[in-house]
Amino acid sequence: MSHAASESIHGHPALQHHFENMEQQREAGTLGMWVFLVTEIMFFGGMFLAYTLYRSSYPAAFASASNHLDITLGAVNTGVLILSSFTMAMGVYFTQVGKTRPQIFALVMTLILGLTFLGIKAVEYKAKYDDRLIPGQLIRSAPFGPAVAHEGDHDPHKLHLLPGATVKQVELFYWIYFAMTGMHALHMIIGAGLLTFLIIFSIKERYGPEYHSPVEVIGLYWHFVDIVWIFLFPLLYLLGRHFEHL
Amino acid sequence: MKEFEAFDLPKPSKVNYINAQYGLKSWLLTRDHKRIALLYLGSVTFFFFLGGLYAMMIRLELLTPQGDLLQSATYNKVFTQHGILMVFFFLIPSIPATLGNFLVPMMIGAKDLAFPRINLLSWYIYLLGGLITIYALLAGGVDTGWTFYTPFSTTFSNTYVVAAGLGIFINGFSSILTGLNFIVTIHTMRAPGMTWFRLPLFIWAHYATSLVMILGTPVIAITILLLAFERVARVGIFDPALGGDPVLFQHLFWFYSHPAVYIMILPSMGVISELIANFSRKNIFGYKFVAFSSLAIAVFGFLVWGHHMFVTSQSVYAGMIFSFLSFAVAIPSAVKVFNWTATLYKSSISYDTPMLYALGFIGLFTIGGMTGLFLAALAVDVHLTDTYFVVAHFHYIMVGGALMGYLGGLHYWWPKISGRMYPEGWGRFSALVIFVGFNLTFLPQFVAGYMGMPRRYHAYPPEFQVFNVLSSAGASILGFGMLIPAIYFVWSMRYGKIAEGNPWHLPGLEWRSQSPPITENFETTPIVTWEAYEFAPPSETEIVGKFAGELETA
Repeated sequence: MSHAASESIHGHPALQHHFENMEQQREAGTLGMWVFLVTEIMFFGGMFLAYTLYRSSYPAAFASASNHLDITLGAVNTGVLILSSFTMAMGVYFTQVGKTRPQIFALVMTLILGLTFLGIKAVEYKAKYDDRLIPGQLIRSAPFGPAVAHEGDHDPHKLHLLPGATVKQVELFYWIYFAMTGMHALHMIIGAGLLTFLIIFSIKERYGPEYHSPVEVIGLYWHFVDIVWIFLFPLLYLLGRHFEHL
Repeated sequence: MKEFEAFDLPKPSKVNYINAQYGLKSWLLTRDHKRIALLYLGSVTFFFFLGGLYAMMIRLELLTPQGDLLQSATYNKVFTQHGILMVFFFLIPSIPATLGNFLVPMMIGAKDLAFPRINLLSWYIYLLGGLITIYALLAGGVDTGWTFYTPFSTTFSNTYVVAAGLGIFINGFSSILTGLNFIVTIHTMRAPGMTWFRLPLFIWAHYATSLVMILGTPVIAITILLLAFERVARVGIFDPALGGDPVLFQHLFWFYSHPAVYIMILPSMGVISELIANFSRKNIFGYKFVAFSSLAIAVFGFLVWGHHMFVTSQSVYAGMIFSFLSFAVAIPSAVKVFNWTATLYKSSISYDTPMLYALGFIGLFTIGGMTGLFLAALAVDVHLTDTYFVVAHFHYIMVGGALMGYLGGLHYWWPKISGRMYPEGWGRFSALVIFVGFNLTFLPQFVAGYMGMPRRYHAYPPEFQVFNVLSSAGASILGFGMLIPAIYFVWSMRYGKIAEGNPWHLPGLEWRSQSPPITENFETTPIVTWEAYEFAPPSETEIVGKFAGELETA
């Protein structure tokens, strides 16, 4: 009895000394992540601004360049990420109700889906590399220099320019594409690392109904990274579709 | 000094945060916000004197109209490095990372910041950014100006732009983490009874600053990252040769770098609010107005960046809106100045060193702010752009404002931080020297700038020499004035008079702990039952006596 009482005074073993109780600690952790996500929005915001500016300046070039992206792989990746958000949410739920095995399963599924996304992204990047679409001298041995298709040429590896578009402007699109998706992929890689950490500690049964804020907080981060992709997909992949039928 | 004895300090313990643990490791791996504040104090002081050295070189060169000490290429590097060091490595972290770090938990009755490890991490990030920047300076320097304007910085400059940019990029994350920590701490860690409107105004100011830090800094981070890629890999959104637009760089740069001025001045305003109320022993006039004016400045601060670009291709209508909004920032700033002045009215002012800095701040900030209005006016700005008028204006804000607040705050809380008093006589003397030296340095620059002397040149027409000689003379007085506190603060750590827990006899929560505080700040979590700046009202006999006196004279 006295032992239980002292436990309730000193709290959970995960309680850090400067917090009064677990509730305060959880609240601080969650708010901290929300604030961090605000900084992330501003970070991506700079690139979204550049995108908006140049899309309105060079609509034809952006449409031409966008048409060259692989819409199927992009759409599959969107589905994969939405599914991973679902499994992440389930992971948080199972942690809160204290079901360890489903919790580990959900987190592992999330990790697998995240890695699937990165794998598909790598395939896409490789295709762009083969078509010499990596902008500037990001890769010294293969500077930007796509083959441009002439009228009647339907080679999908060549760049099909709509009237008014120039190769230089397409390069600008691809720089924005690689900057944004690259930065997004970097966040995915960090997220995968965090998930691995969560899975290891879930196997050690560190989290449960009393202490689940790390799962929640990393879950928030994961959802944020998904949401960034939800914006990137239409902006980068779908914007040129209606030009095709002109 | 008798009016405020309403609480008993706990019997001071011999153990405090400084002597709780010994050894280098206990400092380098500490999670105590107070120790981290001291780590920051040491490092920002280092960068301040390094940046000051460059300032001295500038002033020495400008003593004569011809280039004799430095030629143009070197001079470009010197003023760039002065700017980078002072802005990113001194002014931005100065108050938040030292005084803020030390005091935010103490003022709200918390044991530490919400994320102590992140707090330590922020110092290491700062240090890493600083070291990379120092590498850039030693390897050959940067000559782009602290603004890194494209396409000069991406294409034409042959200096260490990427290294310096990387240093600033990394350093930005330390600022983000500090802001994040403050916001979460202020939201979730206030002691029982410490409601939002009982918070000291220092906390409100830091809250507003933190908002600017977390919203602005990520934008400069991505901007500098894109700039570095553009320079290294010839990909670009800023270079016209690649189809980009250099004005986009200026938009993104100033979207952070204008609010950055508020990162510098807002904490300083918080310090001044504390000093004015406490050294006039009176509740601040219009507490809520002063509190919300901090937030208003943070919000307006994000809407005025275009006033740096009146002479670019920015549309004239955008210019008009930015001009109007820049005028609007004057309103919350003036609210503060008027409320401070109104607080002084019929109060019992003591002219200790911190108060001298606070009074100096009010005057200098007013000059800085008013000249800002000249620059916010579209037509006048065309004449004044890139002249010494601009240089003088922002030095009045950054040095006359931010630095005065920092020094005032450092003196005010020094007994709490170190447990020792600084020598009051020397303190007042140096405050006076700094005030005189500062004005002598920068007042003549207003005139020179108005007459058309451009900034960023190592040589100038002889008719401007008189202003430059005055300015250089002032700079040497200012530099001398800065050395005095540096010496006596170090001296006082060993030889200063031992400070009591509450040497100024004030009601604030930070004064209810011993000096220096214990690691956990308070023995038990305090329960707050009083308002901010709650000085005891004059006793009944005093009032009656006063009326009696008035009746007699009538």
